[in-house]
This record gives sequence, structure tokens and C-alpha cells, in this order.
Amino acid sequence: MTTEFKNNGNKPVKHLDQVTIRFVGDSGDGMQLTGTQFTTSAALLGNDVFTFPNYPSEIRAPQGSLYGVSGFQVQIGAKNIDTPGDKLDLLVAMNPAALKKNIKDLKKGGMIIVDTDAFTKSNLQKAKYESNPLEDGSLKDYIVVQVPMTSLTREALKDIPIDSKSKTRSKNMFALGMVYWLYGKDPKYTIEFLRKKFKNKPEIVEANIKALTTGWNYAETLELIPVSYIVDEAPHHAVDYKIITGNTATAWGFLAAAEKAGLKLFLGSYPITPATDILQELSKYRALDVIAFQAEDEIAGISSAIGASFAGKLAITTTSGPGLALKSEAIGLAVMLEIPLVIVDVQRGGPSTGLPTKTEQADLMQALFGRNGESPVVVVAAKSPADAFTMAFEASKIALEHMTPILLMTDGYIGNGSEPWTVKRLKDLPEIKPPLVTETIENWHPYDRDPDTLARKWVIPGVPGMEHVIGGLEKDKVTGAISYEPENHEYMVKIRQEKVDRVANYIPKLTPEFNDEGDLLVVGWGGTYGALRTAVAQLNEEGKKVGLAHFNYINPLPHGVKDVFSRFKKIIVAELNMGQFANFLRMNHQEFKYEQYNKIQGLPFTVEELVNAFKKLLK
Amino acid sequence: MTTKIKYTFKDFQSDQEVRWCPGCDDYVILRSVQKALPLIDLPKEKFVFVSGIGCSSRFPYYMANYGLHGIHGRAAAIATGVRLANPDLSVFVMTGDGDSLAIGGNHFIHALRRDINLNIILFNNEIYGLTKGQFSPTSRIGQKTKTSPYGNTQPPFNPGELAIGAEARFFARVAGNDAKHQTEIYVQAHHFEGTALVEVLQNCVIFNDGAYKFWTDKSVRDEHTVYVEHGKPMIFGKNRDKGLILDGLELKEVTIGENGITEDDILVHDAHNPDPTLHLMLVRMKNPLVMGVIRSVKEKTLEEREAELTEHVKAISKIKSFDDLVS
Repeated sequence: MTTEFKNNGNKPVKHLDQVTIRFVGDSGDGMQLTGTQFTTSAALLGNDVFTFPNYPSEIRAPQGSLYGVSGFQVQIGAKNIDTPGDKLDLLVAMNPAALKKNIKDLKKGGMIIVDTDAFTKSNLQKAKYESNPLEDGSLKDYIVVQVPMTSLTREALKDIPIDSKSKTRSKNMFALGMVYWLYGKDPKYTIEFLRKKFKNKPEIVEANIKALTTGWNYAETLELIPVSYIVDEAPHHAVDYKIITGNTATAWGFLAAAEKAGLKLFLGSYPITPATDILQELSKYRALDVIAFQAEDEIAGISSAIGASFAGKLAITTTSGPGLALKSEAIGLAVMLEIPLVIVDVQRGGPSTGLPTKTEQADLMQALFGRNGESPVVVVAAKSPADAFTMAFEASKIALEHMTPILLMTDGYIGNGSEPWTVKRLKDLPEIKPPLVTETIENWHPYDRDPDTLARKWVIPGVPGMEHVIGGLEKDKVTGAISYEPENHEYMVKIRQEKVDRVANYIPKLTPEFNDEGDLLVVGWGGTYGALRTAVAQLNEEGKKVGLAHFNYINPLPHGVKDVFSRFKKIIVAELNMGQFANFLRMNHQEFKYEQYNKIQGLPFTVEELVNAFKKLLK
Repeated sequence: MTTKIKYTFKDFQSDQEVRWCPGCDDYVILRSVQKALPLIDLPKEKFVFVSGIGCSSRFPYYMANYGLHGIHGRAAAIATGVRLANPDLSVFVMTGDGDSLAIGGNHFIHALRRDINLNIILFNNEIYGLTKGQFSPTSRIGQKTKTSPYGNTQPPFNPGELAIGAEARFFARVAGNDAKHQTEIYVQAHHFEGTALVEVLQNCVIFNDGAYKFWTDKSVRDEHTVYVEHGKPMIFGKNRDKGLILDGLELKEVTIGENGITEDDILVHDAHNPDPTLHLMLVRMKNPLVMGVIRSVKEKTLEEREAELTEHVKAISKIKSFDDLVS
């Protein structure tokens, strides 16, 4: 294998600012791996990247079926990239079903690479094609690169002593090799990866590398592909970074917070899509004294976390919408106990089981209000995969220093999506100082409060002379003993609210991006940041005076909302629900009129639709 | 730093006024626990009482220890978190038949399955007391309650049977009015490493009075109950002349001295047998009803497994800090 992975100069090279590629196939075709490999190589070779996997909830749906199509989309750029891209420049479709489900997202004039071997009569039928799209002219608007990928791969691997199934399975590497050539990417990192991953199976390594190389060479010689493209290095690459999904970033944020606070981390959780990755990730870190407890159900997940918090851990629980519903009563208990607890909701399409693998932002009302009684909690949201690290850290800091449960909202899109995260080390992060008591203090009462934060002290079992009982019943404002006194209850309800409200004094003030004043303020929260930012940037490039106010902190709202909102002629709140944040703003700032842009399709915003919607308001 | 202090039961009494109904067995349970703790060589601050909801669950307020009064059914799950977080604590779960066998059934069985070192004291009064008299998962068929005015149609759980089915390694049964036996058993439950379940036959004087009098009334209790101890023959009766033998696949009551039966024929209790078959038969028997530690099988606890694994991973891992992870 002496292939030199460089365009040998026989075809012209075109420079591009950014490219969006989607790899699609059966859920067993290895498309997630293929996409991840391409992303990693592009990033290591200097591009900015942003990915979005889109997979079915069926684990292995029947081969060739429409509902078994699994995809991985990536945008790579020579400049800052905040979304996985709207429309595709290249679609790699491993079978007719993959083509059928994804062709609508391809740009006119875009390229399709298909495995013609998969376009059999039976697969065409399964994809509900009446005639073969490769032959009936329906793809005339695109450059269609027809490659008998399966047979070429099998032919290339004929001398390698592995079973026939494994040979066929290597076709994803053939496809990847073609795409690497097309974008001038050296596949050395994938080769390194394959050698490491299959280090005990040399034949599999050989087969995969051979398939990759064959794909590369095939693309180079194929006349159908007239040019190759280069996406230049993005400027941010001087720094230390890792490509990280939002779920991994969330897990790491907690690891960092625990160590920074001098505490051990306890996660009580129950598997639920799309939040399970956080539990899986934290299960790896016994070496850092993490207890990742897989409980018998969602309720036990949070209840065990409450117990661990009572006993002095940084306690967290992770879930998605239906699980959050099950945790409601226990969140109320944590509100009443006034103990630190972080609840992560990786939102998915609802209601009920809804769309487990798709994204949505429709749990906001549940997070804010989904409990009995006056039960305020702090609610924060992460705006991108990398920001999930920052917000998991921040949520831990607030929970610990303010002695309160806090909800961290992410979603399936940023949870599964990935982008480069600038590596943070402990020295780069702020201090966390919980009001933990480990030695006897005189004249102490369980509900004595800090005069500034109103947080009570965190006295944990084992400290002599400080024995006390806390519980879900209303308690006396000082002693913590059960109290049914009417005035005491009202006092306690108000002070619990006040404690949460005062968190606003400890978080950053709202600052708009792009413009401090103007014709339109775009308002968003959470995982839509990338699309909103890209859309607003585009409008500003066109000379429009548009600002972006994106909220990481939802309850309490940060200071400065009124000031910022009043400097724009119009306000539009864009979110992936029916208008939950818009309504929350109406409740808190009635003096403004809020336009809405909403999408409830289980999909993230596209930049194009946002630009169009915002332009309508600028007329 | 912990100094050895000699405690008396008074050291475990809180300043809160006890608000159970006069005559309730809960008072006996409270006093028995308060008398058990001084017999355990552990400083007061190392005990934690966790409860759910119900009459039983007011318990932590009456103890001068650390306590957490949780929400309905979740005591075992909360206690699991406390114990995993700090294995130096002795954690008691104070719960009832509604709390642990109905709404909290899932946490109850999973705590037993995991064998985490908790002491679960199950106040079984076969009724919902705090909500004023509805049938519970241990109420008997035909029992008239406020929600079964014509008689209960739902067959009950036998807590011991359920527990053994859920892999319980320690199960004991005590009478709610027998303070001395309770104190003994609570000490044993504490010392058992693993999930120890103690079922207390607790009389609810208001809504289900006399539910256990066939076994707990002083006039008949010697004849209707057998107090078992590991390694000792299962002999009972006022004159210590009755015993249990295994007849085929059934336990049978016999009289010593009749039909050639001698004391040597009486079955010797083996609480440590991992095979639960005989324990299940003992748990199911109604007359005589079996009291005491029926099953006590030491296995590796969840905490021990966790600690071993963590130690192993630490020994082979290069990651000692978050900074190592991202480097």
C-alpha cells in the first residue's frame, strides 16, 4: 500500500468556504462511523466542523427499508461554523431508501454518490420507487456518481482471508475513501484509527484500509468527478481543542465541577434516549471516584441523587422529557429540602413517547412549572455542543453555592451533535464554594440562611452535634421542625422564590450580539443558537440592523432584559415549540410585543427558513 | 476523632412531640430502636433514618439523629443514594406496607436485589393509616376497609415471600408489641452486611385493631408462634413441647413425646443456607407463625463490589484528575 494521498494534479482544484455532506445508509451500514471519521479528519486537518447525526429509533430495522435509514451530516468550513448546514453539497447514499429520504435536502447541482449494487428491484420496491431513479431522469438536476461500490469493494478484498459479510461491510470505507479524495483530505487519521480499533484483527484492518484506498483511487480516476475541492483551514485552529458531542461535554462539565468543588460526583440515572450517553460516559470514570448509579427507574434515579446530595456529593440526574415528568415530585422534594441537585433534560420530541430520537424545545414549561405547589427552580440551557460543558459546570456551581435544584436544558440536536470544544483545564475554571459544613458549629439551625444568597448551610450526616431532620413537610423558618403555621408557610414560599430570584445577581447580564439597537431583535434560547447566529450574521452582512439575544439563563432571567429589548423596533422569539419561551417572556415582560417563529418537526432550524422569516419582519 | 460515648435510649430521643395515636405499636417500635442503638458501637451522628410517607414515616422526626423524611415510596431509593455516597453511615429505612409494597414496590425489590447495606424496618399494619383506613397490599381478602366496604377482593402480598423472591439475604419478622425481641433483631439487622428487612407486625389501633392478636396476644402467642434462631431446633409452645419437622415437602407441627418424636427429630433452623426453599416455607407458614431471623445469608454487598471495582480501575487507570482526561 504505497498510495500517496494527494491530488496528483490530473484534475483541477476548487476552493470553497464551506461544504455540507451527508452520509446515509441502512442503520447497519456504519454511516455514523463514516461520518465521525470524516469529521475528525477534517477537524484535525484544520477545518471548523459541526455535525448532526440523524438516526432511526429502530436498532436494526429491516434492510433497505425507509424507516431504517440512518444518516450523519457534517458541515466543514474555512471559517467559523455554527450549524451542520441546511442544504447538502454532497449526498452519499448507500441504497435507494437512503436516496429517497434525503434527496430533497440536496442543493440543485449538488453531487450524489450512490452504490449502484444496492439498486436492486427488491430494494427499489422497499424504498417505494416505481422506477429506478438512476435511469428515469428524475435526478437530472444533480451530478450523479454511480459506483458499484459493493462489488468493487469485494473485488478489491478478494485475497484477504475474511468472511464475505465482512468484505461487504467494508464498503463504507470505500465510500469514505472517495469523499476524502473529493475534498483533498488525507485519510491518515482514519488509517490510524482502524489500526488501533482492530489491533487484534489484522485482516480487518487490512480490509478496511484496502477499501479506503481503493475508494480514493477510484475517485481520482473517475471521469464523472471533474474537480476536487479544498476547504481551507479555519483560523481558530491555533488552540487546543477536542471534537465533542453535547452529551460528552455535559458529562465532562460535571467532572470538572466536582473536582473544582472538592466533591465527588454522583449520578443517579435511568437509560432514556437521547440522554443515555451522559450516563454511559460518566460510567467510565471510576478512577475519578464518580458513582454512576443506574437505578431501577427515573424516580429512583433522582431519589438516589437526593440521598447522595444529602450525604455530601455533587449529585446529578440525567433524563429526557418523559423521565422529567416522572421526576417532578422528587424535584419538588429537593426544592423543599433546599439541597444542591442538577437535573439534566436532553429534550426530545413530545408529548408522551413522542419522537425519541428527534429534537425539540418543548419541555421548557415542564421544567419551569411542572410541579405541585409554589416550587421554583433555577433553569439554564446550553446553546451548543461545546457550550454544554460550560453550562454543566455553571449549573453545578449554582446548585452548590445557592443550595437549590437546577434544571439544565439541552436537546437531542446538541446532545448528539458535535463541534470543536476548546479544552479547559481546572485552572481555567472559576472556583466553586458550597456552604458545606464538616465540623461542629455552635448556635446553628438547619434553615439559617446566608444573607446574600439566602442559601442554607449544607450539613452532612457524620458531623457530630449537628444531627437534624429535613423533609418534604413545610418547616419552621429557623429550626426546620414541621410547621403548619399559616404565616410561616407564606414566608417560606416567598423566601424559596427569593432565593431563586437572587441567582440573577450572580449570572452574566444579557448582552445582545451584532447590534445593541436596531430594527429587529431575534430572541432564542438553548440549542438553536448556531442557526440563529448564522441567520442573524447573514442579515447583518446584507446591511440589516438585526440583533441576537440568546438566553443561557432562563429562570431567573438575567438582568438587562428590559434594557436590551427596548432598543429594538421589533422582537421575534424563535424556538422549536409552540412559543413556550415567548410566553414566559410575556409573563415577565408584558411591556413588549413578541413575534414568534416556531417549528415543531423534530428537526433543528435551517438558516434559510430563519432568514426568510426574519426578512418578512424587516419589510 | 470520634470519642467513645456510652449512650442510653434517651440520647436518641428528639425534642419533637410524638404524634402517633395512643396505643399504637409505633411507640414500641420507636422505643425498641432507641434501645437498640446504644447496643451498637457507633457514634450517634453516623446513623441516618430515611423514610417515605405514612404513619411509619414520621419516625425520623422522633429520633435525635440525621434524618430525611422523603416522598411516598421512595425511601429505599433515597437511602440507596445516601449509602452509596457514604458507606460509613448506618442507614435505616422506616417504611410501611403502603409505602414500600404499593407505591414504592419497585425501589423495595431492587434494594433487596442489590443487597446494599440498608436496614429496612417495614411497619406492616395491613391498612393505610395516615389516609384513614383504606386497604393496603397486605390487607386480607374480605377485609372491610373504607375502600372495600363489602370486603377486599385483592389478594395480599406476604412481605417475606416477596422479599425472598426479590433475592433478599436477610429477612426477620417481629411482633409490634414485643419490645425486647425487636431490640435484639434491630441490632442484628444493623450488623448484617447487606439489605436487612425486618417485618414488624404492627397493630393499628384505629383502623385495623386486632389484626395480629391470634399471634401476638399474650394468652395465645406461645402456642401460635415459633421464635427461630440459627442453629437451634424450632421448638415452641408454653411447655416447649411443640416443634417443626419436615415431612416430605411440607413443614409439620409435632408434639415432642408423642408418636415417638424426640427433641432430636425437630428441625434445626439454618438461616445461613443460601437455598431459600425452606426459608420460603417458614415465611409462608401461618400457624404457627414464624418469628425471628428466618434468613440471613451473607454475600458480597453492593458497596463491597463497587469499592473493589473502583479500586481495580484506579490501579490500572492513568486518569487521576480531570486535567488528565482532557490532556
